[in-house]
Amino acid sequence: MSKLARAFLRHPSGRIGLAIISLYLIAALLGIVGLTPHDPLKLFAIDRLKPPSATYWFGTDLLGRDTFSRLMVGIKQSMIIAFCSVGLATLFGTVIGLLAAWWGTLWDGILMRIMDVLLAFPAILLALLIIAIVGPGTSTSVAAIAIVYTPIFARVVRGPALSLKQRDFVDAARTFGSSQPYILSHHLLLNLVAPLAVQVTLALAWALLTEAGLSFLGLGTQPPTPSLGLMLAESKNLMTQAPWLMIFPALTIMLGILGFNLTGDALRDILDPRTQRREA
Amino acid sequence: MTPLLSVRDLRVGFGQNPAANEVVKGVSFDLAAGETLAIVGESGSGKSVTALSVNRLVDFGGGRITNGSIILQRSDSSTLDVAKADEKVLRTIRGRDVGMIFQEPMTSLNPVHTVGAQIEEAFRLNRGLHGAEAERAALEVLERVRIPDAKSRLAYYPHQLSGGMRQRVMIAMALASSPRLLIADEPTTALDVTVQAQIMALLAELRAETGMSMIFITHDIGLVAGIADRIMVMQHGLAVEQNTTDAVLDNPQHDYTKHLLNAVPHFTSGKAVRADNERTATSEPIIKVDDLVVRFPVKKGLFKPKGAIHAVDGVSFDLMPGETLAIVGESGSGKSTTARAILGLVEKHRGAIAAKAGRSRRPIQMVFQDPFASLNPRLNVEALMAEPAIANGQKLDDTLRDRMRFLLDRVGLPADVLNRYPHQFSGGQRQRLCIARVLMLNPDVVVLDEAVSALDVSVQARVLDLLVDLQREFSLAYLFISHDMAVVERIAHRIAVMYAGQIVEIGEARAVLSDPQHSYTKRLISAVPAVERRRQHFAVDATQVPSLVRPAGYEPPPANWREAGQDHRVRIEETK
Repeated sequence: MSKLARAFLRHPSGRIGLAIISLYLIAALLGIVGLTPHDPLKLFAIDRLKPPSATYWFGTDLLGRDTFSRLMVGIKQSMIIAFCSVGLATLFGTVIGLLAAWWGTLWDGILMRIMDVLLAFPAILLALLIIAIVGPGTSTSVAAIAIVYTPIFARVVRGPALSLKQRDFVDAARTFGSSQPYILSHHLLLNLVAPLAVQVTLALAWALLTEAGLSFLGLGTQPPTPSLGLMLAESKNLMTQAPWLMIFPALTIMLGILGFNLTGDALRDILDPRTQRREA
Repeated sequence: MTPLLSVRDLRVGFGQNPAANEVVKGVSFDLAAGETLAIVGESGSGKSVTALSVNRLVDFGGGRITNGSIILQRSDSSTLDVAKADEKVLRTIRGRDVGMIFQEPMTSLNPVHTVGAQIEEAFRLNRGLHGAEAERAALEVLERVRIPDAKSRLAYYPHQLSGGMRQRVMIAMALASSPRLLIADEPTTALDVTVQAQIMALLAELRAETGMSMIFITHDIGLVAGIADRIMVMQHGLAVEQNTTDAVLDNPQHDYTKHLLNAVPHFTSGKAVRADNERTATSEPIIKVDDLVVRFPVKKGLFKPKGAIHAVDGVSFDLMPGETLAIVGESGSGKSTTARAILGLVEKHRGAIAAKAGRSRRPIQMVFQDPFASLNPRLNVEALMAEPAIANGQKLDDTLRDRMRFLLDRVGLPADVLNRYPHQFSGGQRQRLCIARVLMLNPDVVVLDEAVSALDVSVQARVLDLLVDLQREFSLAYLFISHDMAVVERIAHRIAVMYAGQIVEIGEARAVLSDPQHSYTKRLISAVPAVERRRQHFAVDATQVPSLVRPAGYEPPPANWREAGQDHRVRIEETK
């Protein structure tokens, strides 16, 4: 593991990506324990629409709430939703992909066609559909985003699993009489860790964006809880008077996605068997 | 007479600092026009890098020539130092003065173009031929490499041809420019023995016809005997010995050459078979296979009837405890499928496989051909060794670890390897690890599916010795699957020869090897390359294995057998 960490720090975009994600995680943690400069929900009535200053680092909004504090809580909200939804998507996608590959033929056909149907919808549209049925909220967002990204994980797992299934070491395990769960966990899943790790980081970036999009449309996190998408939506009528209300949430979303993407790229480079062989 | 090629103190390095990372460390040799030089060495000896330096293809693999000269005489009698020439000049040499054929013909042919188009391309680039002219030339050169029915084969795609055919196409492309020098980099390693013999015979004939020089790279010192004028033996980037073929083979000077010559399996037509096992009428077979049939369905389309590949068709044999039965045949003969059917890895269509209850719940175990593919790269040795035991209800405890250490020690691996990973071992060590692993369950029968084929000759010899020792110590029966007659001669008590899914000859090893009866067995034996056979002339034999795809419902005619001696049976061939 230390070898992986060292390779990460040597990789230029890995370093930057890791720094950004660490920053976000710290902000999210502080947001959870409430260590924000100001109360994100408190209305400073005399300080409405103040530009960034020493007191209000990123300015205040129409109701006089501190943008910086609200951003920290918004990051917390986004991170929780992104990690939960991607976690669920990874779990379900991996199980579905593995079983489809292992059982083959009929089950493969049924499971993967269902995944194809889900994959055929644009992500945000499918999420909208689910929320329209169940109603908005944090847990609904998690569920919707998880469902949207499950087929991607199923695809990512099924391909390599199909080829691993044909490998000699799986045949060898079968001649020993190893149980199916043992073969699936030790021979298939263990060899899928690398592609999965890359996919998880990239999916986190998409989940962040999808969550922001849903909140922007008013279907994700509900006010007064701050969220990045919601703040962006609130800022759109004040674009000229208070540009900081738009710029800072937008930058926060962008930087977060960049962070996860850079980390994903670095992971892909580091875990690529071809680069590994060169090291060995 | 000035030599065609004169290499002096060639040094080639790789990586950031080529001078410090040398793979070839000062090699010199001369090659006269029309002469064949064989470069022999084990993997990693620098033989391929040396040859690839001659047309500077080594540059594309990241190599740098750090020192030395490569003086090539061109067709207009001018000379050129290839080591210092720039890429533009080199392009005029590659293909025109120096042709090249590679080990794996499938990867060196473009899969989306017909072979005809690819050969025509070679003519267009090197001789400026176009249209019908190029087509005619392509047909002519295909006929020259003895491809039957050449005209229709021009329209084939590479995947439609067999390995031997593809290698012939590669040779045809190399010949398109009438090169003065042909570099052949292990051209027959990926091919079956009889196909290898065909390609070697073809190369020898073409050389006589065209008078070109040849550099032949191989790891098999037995193979070069029939074709080379001179041999250069390489080890660790140095040419340890070079001389005429006869001198090197009959009177080797360097220890490494002697070692190579000793390690290479000498085929002696049954004189060297083991004599430590006698069949007694009273003993009971541990495995009895009766009329085994394995078929793989092929879909031909929605409305067309389904056919099937008859991979194994009516195979019967028995295996006694402590005995080695070798199943010999070429790729596609069904020998591996037979093994897999016995282990239940493929479903049998018909027939009976009866195994006597053994010492453990799983009396039959298998060692696979490729030790790199049969060990999960993400598990360490302890987990790999524990797997068979855990699968059969044991716990990973100190008793089990003791058994692991005992077996690892027994196969010649240090006992402290338990937390190492497969990539930290060499090919030979990995195969030892695989052998130790199957012994964890204390089996009665070990199926060895080409278990030594992927190893270097000297490693191969040691693993074979280990197998013989283990057989005695643990009283194992081996089902030894191989294409290599010389290896089989060292280990087998009995031999079954398979051809096109059927056993054509079976019997005691000495009888089968010294007195082969079936025409295919004879062909297989005559194709074995050997140092002793260097003056033997091979005729080009283009016999193709018949297609095994049969229409639905097809049943082969029943086999008729005749006895050729005590414990030696031969299938009666149909006369055409």
